[in-house]
Amino acid sequence: MASLRDIKSRITSTKKTSQITRAMQMVSASKLNRAELNAKSFVPYMSKIQEVVVAIASGTQNTGHPMLTYRPVAKTAYLVITSDRGLAGAYNSNILRAVSNAIRERHTSNDQFVIFAVGRIGRDYFTKRGLTVIESMVALPDQPSFSDIKEIAHKAVGMFTEGTYDELYMYYNHFVSAVQLDVTEKKVLPLTDIAKSSATASYEFEPSAEGILEVLLPEYAESLIYGALLDGKASEHAARMTAMKSATDNASELISSLTLQFNRARQAAITQEITEIVGGVAALE
Amino acid sequence: MKTIKVNIVTPDGPVYDSEVNLIIANTTSGEIGVLPGHIPMVAPLRVGAIQLKTDGQQELIAVSGGFLEVRPDQVSILAQAAEVSSTIDLNRAKESVKRAEERLNLSKKDDVDLKRAELSLKRAMNRINVYEGNI
Repeated sequence: MASLRDIKSRITSTKKTSQITRAMQMVSASKLNRAELNAKSFVPYMSKIQEVVVAIASGTQNTGHPMLTYRPVAKTAYLVITSDRGLAGAYNSNILRAVSNAIRERHTSNDQFVIFAVGRIGRDYFTKRGLTVIESMVALPDQPSFSDIKEIAHKAVGMFTEGTYDELYMYYNHFVSAVQLDVTEKKVLPLTDIAKSSATASYEFEPSAEGILEVLLPEYAESLIYGALLDGKASEHAARMTAMKSATDNASELISSLTLQFNRARQAAITQEITEIVGGVAALE
Repeated sequence: MKTIKVNIVTPDGPVYDSEVNLIIANTTSGEIGVLPGHIPMVAPLRVGAIQLKTDGQQELIAVSGGFLEVRPDQVSILAQAAEVSSTIDLNRAKESVKRAEERLNLSKKDDVDLKRAELSLKRAMNRINVYEGNI
């Protein structure tokens, strides 16, 4: 049996750890609140831009815009959204596993795809495995604004237009609730699955429908990426909160079992002492 | 005077939402004025100022591109960045002018960087102009 002092020091250290995890849990909870607010304030922009894109794309026939047309796929790009730091449960490993599986199924060689990595963990994972990470973004703030991610979104969309790759997928954790996160794969480009609405508002286009799509579609694709990022951030905070909550729970369980052990050991030590004294007295008589 | 509802939204949230008499915007094909009862229209915007006039009062909003959508009942402006003149951070704009100018001087050959520096210079100048109210 461990000595009294050993148990005592384990109890103290577990208590300290649980204080830290509890603090981290509370920090993540407040960050999650803010992230949810951010995601909410993005909704009007997204729904509006979607509305206009659908109205224009379905109102004009055969626009032939490169971002709307499917082309034979020689190269695929994956935009993978992970976090910078760990301690978030299975948040990162779920995403990375999904991406690795998709890559293994779809591609036979490493030349057939490129990766955009958002988050340090994703970047390190892919570079360590020798996959082509053409662009990465780390140290993203906890509450990203659009200007923070504009550059990588712009590049991801621009390289598609230039023909560096022929399709672009996004991988991120979709936030359902604080305890449910769904790994989501979303095809960003080409924008082939824009729902065709039947009720088209008839607009005048200034200068022309093509001219507007030219401006609108890249912005639409970029905002899709931003939306996924906000979603991913909310999920990250939620995942970290849940992970820290279970760490705190485990710690308190451990503390109670250690306390029990400590009391037993103390009791045993006292009993032993008494027995010794009694034995000593008996020997004197 | 008749009014029309205007809302300006960016990815970071709504920036402006109110009734106005007249909207003047810089589209890629020229300056246009939108009065209530305008025909439904969509037009991309240039980096510039949106002027909103209500009862003789004028408000200025700096937008970095985006587009304008006119509907019978409301006008929406969607831009990746937009600021009402009173919320513009003048120091930040001035700093980015300085940065962009430095980059313009450095990168004579690389045309991608040049373009980006030019754009960011344009945006920053636009913010300063809107802040100072000269358009």
